[in-house]
Amino acid sequence: MGTYIFRRLIWTALLLFFVSALTFLIFNVLPTADPAKLRAGRNQTPETVAAIREQLNLDDPFLVRFFSYLGDLLFRFDFGTSVLNDEPVRPLIFEALPNTLMLVLGAAFVWFASGVVIGTISAVRRGTIIDRVAMTTALVAISAPVYWLGLVALYLFSSDLGVLGLFPAAGTYDAADGIFTNISSLFLPWLVLAAAFAAIYARLLRSNLLEVMSEDYIRTARAKGLKERRVIFRHGLRSAITPIITVLGLDIGILMGGAILTESVFGIPGIGRLSFDAINRNDIDIVQGTTLFLALGVCLMSLLVDVLYAFLDPRVRF
Amino acid sequence: MAPLLQVTDLRVHFHTDDGIVKAVDGISYSVDAGQTLGIVGESGSGKSVSSMTVMGLTRAKNAQISGSIVFDGKELLTATEDELRRVRGGPVSMIFQDPLSSLHPMYKIGKQLVEAVRTHQDVSKARALDRAVEMLGLVGLPEPRRRVDSYPHEFSGGMRQRVMIAMALCNDPKLLIADEPTTALDVTVQAQILDLLERLKRELDTAIVLITHDLGVVAEVTDDIAVMYAGRIVEKAPKGAIFAAPEHPYTWGLLRSIPRLDSPRDEELVPIPGRPPSLINPPSGCSFHPRCPYVREAHTRVDPALEPVPGAREHAVACLLTGETRQALWAELASGADPEAAKAAATPAAAAGPGRLEEEGS
Amino acid sequence: MAAGNPLVEVRDLVKHFPIKKGLILSRQVGAVRAVDGISFDIVEGETLGLVGESGCGKSTTARLLTRLLDPTSGTISFEGRDIAFMSHEELKPLRRDMQMIFQDPYSSLNPRKTVGSIIAEPFVIHAVAPDPKERKRRVQELMEQVGLNPEHFNRLPHEFSGGQRQRIGVARAIALKPKLIVADEPVSALDVSIQAQILNLLRTLQRDLGLTIVFIAHDLSVVRHMCDRIAVMYLGRIAELASADELYGHPRHPYTGALLSAVPVPDPRLAKMKVRQVLGGDVPSPTNPPQACRFHTRCPKAVAGTCDVDDPELAAKAGGNLAACHFPLSDTEIAARVPTAAP
Repeated sequence: MGTYIFRRLIWTALLLFFVSALTFLIFNVLPTADPAKLRAGRNQTPETVAAIREQLNLDDPFLVRFFSYLGDLLFRFDFGTSVLNDEPVRPLIFEALPNTLMLVLGAAFVWFASGVVIGTISAVRRGTIIDRVAMTTALVAISAPVYWLGLVALYLFSSDLGVLGLFPAAGTYDAADGIFTNISSLFLPWLVLAAAFAAIYARLLRSNLLEVMSEDYIRTARAKGLKERRVIFRHGLRSAITPIITVLGLDIGILMGGAILTESVFGIPGIGRLSFDAINRNDIDIVQGTTLFLALGVCLMSLLVDVLYAFLDPRVRF
Repeated sequence: MAPLLQVTDLRVHFHTDDGIVKAVDGISYSVDAGQTLGIVGESGSGKSVSSMTVMGLTRAKNAQISGSIVFDGKELLTATEDELRRVRGGPVSMIFQDPLSSLHPMYKIGKQLVEAVRTHQDVSKARALDRAVEMLGLVGLPEPRRRVDSYPHEFSGGMRQRVMIAMALCNDPKLLIADEPTTALDVTVQAQILDLLERLKRELDTAIVLITHDLGVVAEVTDDIAVMYAGRIVEKAPKGAIFAAPEHPYTWGLLRSIPRLDSPRDEELVPIPGRPPSLINPPSGCSFHPRCPYVREAHTRVDPALEPVPGAREHAVACLLTGETRQALWAELASGADPEAAKAAATPAAAAGPGRLEEEGS
Repeated sequence: MAAGNPLVEVRDLVKHFPIKKGLILSRQVGAVRAVDGISFDIVEGETLGLVGESGCGKSTTARLLTRLLDPTSGTISFEGRDIAFMSHEELKPLRRDMQMIFQDPYSSLNPRKTVGSIIAEPFVIHAVAPDPKERKRRVQELMEQVGLNPEHFNRLPHEFSGGQRQRIGVARAIALKPKLIVADEPVSALDVSIQAQILNLLRTLQRDLGLTIVFIAHDLSVVRHMCDRIAVMYLGRIAELASADELYGHPRHPYTGALLSAVPVPDPRLAKMKVRQVLGGDVPSPTNPPQACRFHTRCPKAVAGTCDVDDPELAAKAGGNLAACHFPLSDTEIAARVPTAAP
């Protein structure tokens, strides 16, 4: 197990190296706006631009710049500095991170719990009206785009313009308020972000559970004289849920950066929002930093998931 | 004394999109305390479905079950789910063909045994674990105290089947149903498991219903044998009689179609022609008639009942041929004749053409 | 080794499946010694049986013989040519002469192809009978020959029963009139009443076509019925090699004796008379097989100091059996345990 984790860490490092090389290549070699010009502002002269270039070492060869960036990253966990407004990138990311974590983890809890509950009910009551309604609703939720769902949710539930006015509106999220005040502001974004995932998880769990319930060891559990409820929860669900937990880990990793739309619709200052704004402003350093940071997150989540899997399924050994 | 298990006219029909599958279609048998009954049949004969039904494991919306299953004086067919659950894994327990897929892959075997104990006995986890260790020792698992912390995949096939048997025995069952318990195992391991079953039967006085397709296995460990075909019992007798004086053409077919170590090496195998019948549209009359070499016209119309063989009280057969004809045919077959020759020799009238023969069966 | 012309000569055949492990670059830390140095001949026109329990290497041997697997070392000469390390191009013309029949007639047939085109496949691959009409005629001849209705040419595999599907497999195997057929557990998946149909078919075809068959099975009664000579395998080695009469009449290797003793006999009187000899324990792992004689850990006759240090060679024992054993069974030991023992 130890060797396995060590090996995976080395692979993760290699992967991150390639990701950073690729992002650096994309943002520094491919034609984009010249960062020095962006930095120089409205009243720029060739001289100021050239001065900025020199100040930022933009005239150094590509490889030199890349390795100095990589060195900063490796030894000081420094993601560079935004050229545009002369701000270091790392604090920006760390400021946005809790907001994204709140959004994603909360949503993950909502979709995992509801997916498992709905999936289990559907599997146990297979073929009934409940099953059909649940699965059709799931299909709708999967098909609906997140920004559309978000707007519908705002229209229906938000306190300022919503028909029902149940939850705080978009833009009320303020990181300075602290976690607990913000939970109510996060209700709508959680629901919107979780909808499609909950639907996918419900369908996944349903089909897993149906498959598991026809296994021989379920027959054994029944032959022992166990109550059907215990057969389903202790024997069936235990097997059916294991692969889903690993998917959950990966989905959380991916969503750290993929929540851009939700964060934008609801005005949550998370990492997705940070990179979205940076893209709009052509702020390459921030885009590059968030990209790398998210790649790191995804890699670590997938490592975590694989290790977790070995604990959940004793047959898996490394 | 009433038998431990009395099954009477049991029918298990499943409603499917293709039609009604008559998996079990009117079978009756009984098992006494401490006795071993072998149920022999091929896939689709209904041998597994009938014993799963005893455990109440075939109850489903699409299943239509009728008849009677009386175990230890209680009617199980009409019992509530709660009543049945107290029987399952308690006084009646079951082991299955594939011990790997029959154990939960993610729980330690100790935990699985403890669960079985605590479902039927109100004891602490520690006491239940002691019981599990005791049973694992009884079935010959080395170092049981240590191995309770292992997962099923860490055992060999034979050891897994021992674990299954220990789990089935931990609540002192009066009846053990073993569904093809050695089919997935190697010969030397099969010998170990059969030995174990025989020893347990002696020591614990458990009645066993052994379901198998292997005539060799039933010859070694059972007292009585029932041969099933297409959801029916076609022949039932003490073990000795089934092998020495079988009465049903299907039993003859089975005995003559398997190569065996105790017959001459170059002996010709006589396959049973055709294939097992559909359970949705079973053949008219005797369900074996399309594959029976000795069929007569009347057999396609008349459905034979399981009736005692004249002169042998415990031997019953469902066949429309007369007793003398069957004896004459088996005498020929046993001496090595193929079915055609046996037919010619045993029923001289056959030479005169099949038309005359039809009268005998009707 | 045996009378007649050898069609195939196998010498010191080895197949190890590597087990890899490592921090960054994986290196081999061990091997599953599936086949670990076996030698035997397959005589033209005979049926050679390979028996043994799961993990003994019999199926791996089958796949090596037909080069579905590449051997680790050793030679396999087929009609005098060593095919053990031949390239796939060189092998292609030879593949016509060696065909395989598999255990599972359900999974070895493509479910979306008609039976006609499945049986015609070998003709297409080897460019025999290019004319479609001619090809159809020959396929229908084959179907007739294996007992299938030639009119069912256009049916799909799922429309056939298990026994009939195995007949399709047999028809495909004999299509190009091969010299060698390797049948790997061809009847294990079939119901008892159907097994005999396929066994009889194989025997008839062998007689009519002069086939050489390697017959692999775990069922000792079936092997006895089908084979002229039999090799008993244990943990990647041949424990005993003898003609059927010799092997079942007087097995010399204690493992063969234990196997024969363990087979349940469908005769209650015999079952009662026989002392069933039950081997203790399980087959050891082929990753780490016992030193010297592979069987000494379970052998009732093993002698410490000999069997666990000295690896026995396959050599002639009383009665003509070749057995790899220091202390072969005596006739009195055999009589007590083996139901088929020659009186």
